[in-house]
Amino acid sequence: MGSRRMTFGQATLEAMQYAMDEDPNVVVIGEDISWGGNFGQFRGLVDRYGPERVVDMPISESLIVAMAVGASAAGLKVVASMSFVEFTLGAMDEIVNQASKFRYMFGGQVSVPIVLRASDGVRGSSGAQHSSSLEGMFCNVPGLKVVAPSNGDDAKGLLRAAIADPDPVVYLEHKQITGQRSEVADGDHVVPLGSAKIVRPGSDISVVTYSNMVNHALVAAEELASLGVSVEVVDLRSLVPLDVATIAASAARTGVVLAAHESWTFGGFGAEILAQVRECVPDQSQLRTHRLGARSAPIPFSPTLEPAIVPGAADLVAEIRRILAV
Amino acid sequence: MDSSPLDRTRAIDLLRTMETIRAFETRIEALFKQGLLPGFVHSCAGQEAIATGVCSRLDRADCITSTHRGHGHAIAKGIELDAIFAELYGKAAGACGGRGGSMHVADFSIGMLGANGIVGGGFGIAVGAAFAARYQRREQVAVCFFGDGAANKGTFHEALNFAGVHALPVVFVCENNRYAQFTAASRTTAVADISVRAAAYGIEGDSIDGNDLLAVIDATDRAVARARSGGGATLINMATYRHSGHYVGDAEQYRSREEVAASRSEQDPIQRFTAHIVAAGVVTESEIADVRLAVEARIDAAQQFAEAAPFPDPATAMRDVFTEAGS
Ligand SMILES: Cc1ncc(C[n+]2csc(CCOP(=O)(O)OP(=O)(O)O)c2C)c(N)n1
Ligand SMILES: [Mg+2]
Repeated sequence: MGSRRMTFGQATLEAMQYAMDEDPNVVVIGEDISWGGNFGQFRGLVDRYGPERVVDMPISESLIVAMAVGASAAGLKVVASMSFVEFTLGAMDEIVNQASKFRYMFGGQVSVPIVLRASDGVRGSSGAQHSSSLEGMFCNVPGLKVVAPSNGDDAKGLLRAAIADPDPVVYLEHKQITGQRSEVADGDHVVPLGSAKIVRPGSDISVVTYSNMVNHALVAAEELASLGVSVEVVDLRSLVPLDVATIAASAARTGVVLAAHESWTFGGFGAEILAQVRECVPDQSQLRTHRLGARSAPIPFSPTLEPAIVPGAADLVAEIRRILAV
Repeated sequence: MDSSPLDRTRAIDLLRTMETIRAFETRIEALFKQGLLPGFVHSCAGQEAIATGVCSRLDRADCITSTHRGHGHAIAKGIELDAIFAELYGKAAGACGGRGGSMHVADFSIGMLGANGIVGGGFGIAVGAAFAARYQRREQVAVCFFGDGAANKGTFHEALNFAGVHALPVVFVCENNRYAQFTAASRTTAVADISVRAAAYGIEGDSIDGNDLLAVIDATDRAVARARSGGGATLINMATYRHSGHYVGDAEQYRSREEVAASRSEQDPIQRFTAHIVAAGVVTESEIADVRLAVEARIDAAQQFAEAAPFPDPATAMRDVFTEAGS
């Protein structure tokens, strides 16, 4: 099967079409959805499927999620565009108290097949309320699955899996890469939730990461290769469920793990990655674990301040050189 | 009291439902006070006419969302008494396998989409159920029960606006018992009749005496007919009063003994309905006594079932966080 170059957003659009063609009960709701959403990831869907299935919502985030919960309990599968991830906070009550708990609290009577698509990450001076990465919050809540693809091909396959999944999935799409082009496999394909991928094999250190930080890690790895350092990059793709086996195997091979993400280090998902590694790698004696994430401040606007808080490729290079003393 | 014709069978059915809710709440309250029930419970005694009247006009496939004060809604919608009783004990045979408890009683097989511990949590869920019904071309309605306190949540606004825009088949029923926990509605809400807000959402508003079972039925009929015929949503203010405290054990310092006593003696929905049907010659006093006896026996049986039922196995505690393959 061949592939084509397209943007991450276009790749998700293909997944949406496969899902909607396959199952008439898949509906899409969100603000400005019939205009394509904020990053064009929904462009054209309304023309193809009509406004009953691609529903423009008022600026009512808690309703968007509650309605998705009610409609899914009544037989639909709802993909809700939450726009910027910060806007999910207005619906956190519905996400945490309703969506994530419905199945368990009601004794398994019902599933809640909803996908909450939200754009996160820094994109260059979007300011404190449009730059956050909040996966740590979602990952802390039982009953939610969380995915964060790093490229269009995975974005397509993971979205397909997320929509097919019977439980609530938070689908995080990094806004820096939504418009970036990459090779995307033709046709319908599914990336199962909970499968990490080694996107660059290496032997000196394992960088365990996800979302756009994978792309930074690949740039860093290339640069470090010229210094003779061999960096393995593990793209988690899915945070819940987490592919602990792949991480642990990589950690056991290289003996050094750097968990990296854009979101805040303190209390962040990197700590969970490292704890999992500590719990799962049999020989701890040679294992070293490190993490790199944002410093504990809101994300500033100014082009000189933003990178002082949120790490990028250069920070990864510096951190890996420090860890390996090269 | 409205004088809609009532046949004997229907009157007895309605009475049985109200008496069942009352007897259930009375029994639960007593058991809780003896320390026999885990957690905490909210009684809807005094508000039976609303759950009973509304649900009597719904089909099995119609959906309801409920509140923290939800036992009456579940019973009126048709939950098995054994299942709700066992749920309150946290038993495996409970409606939710003991996972939910009093505040999360649900039975999706009869369209009872859950009591809810989050005040105002039901608005959007009911709208979602109504949206799904419309989308799948099912002639179903969704009813959202909520309290006067819940009317001040932002979720109220978001849901009613959307229901108005799309003329969704949903009925918002405000059980206006004039208090939210310990605070009188007059201190928190600028309008006494919540239904005046309907105009702001382009939907119909209605306001009735919620302790008058026949008025509840009439208002429900109007709203449900509107919903089923594509006429959209209705917001109904149903004035009522709760006989017990906010929760069992509430010291009730925020309202006078006289106010409670007056409501119990003059506004009791069950007394009012029985007085009406006896005066109209539909049923006799002795038939009413028979209903009460049968209801008590049914509650006894449910209690025995719940007490005898086993607790869930702790080994099952991690089940159903997610949907397991094959389920
Ligand atoms: C979001 C939320 N806020 C506060 C509470 C605590 N609480 C439980 S019941 C209640 C009062 C609700 O009043 P009302 O909606 O009038 O219902 P009623 O208890 O009178 O039936 C409050 C404040 C809660 N459960 N959920
Ligand atoms: Mg109240």
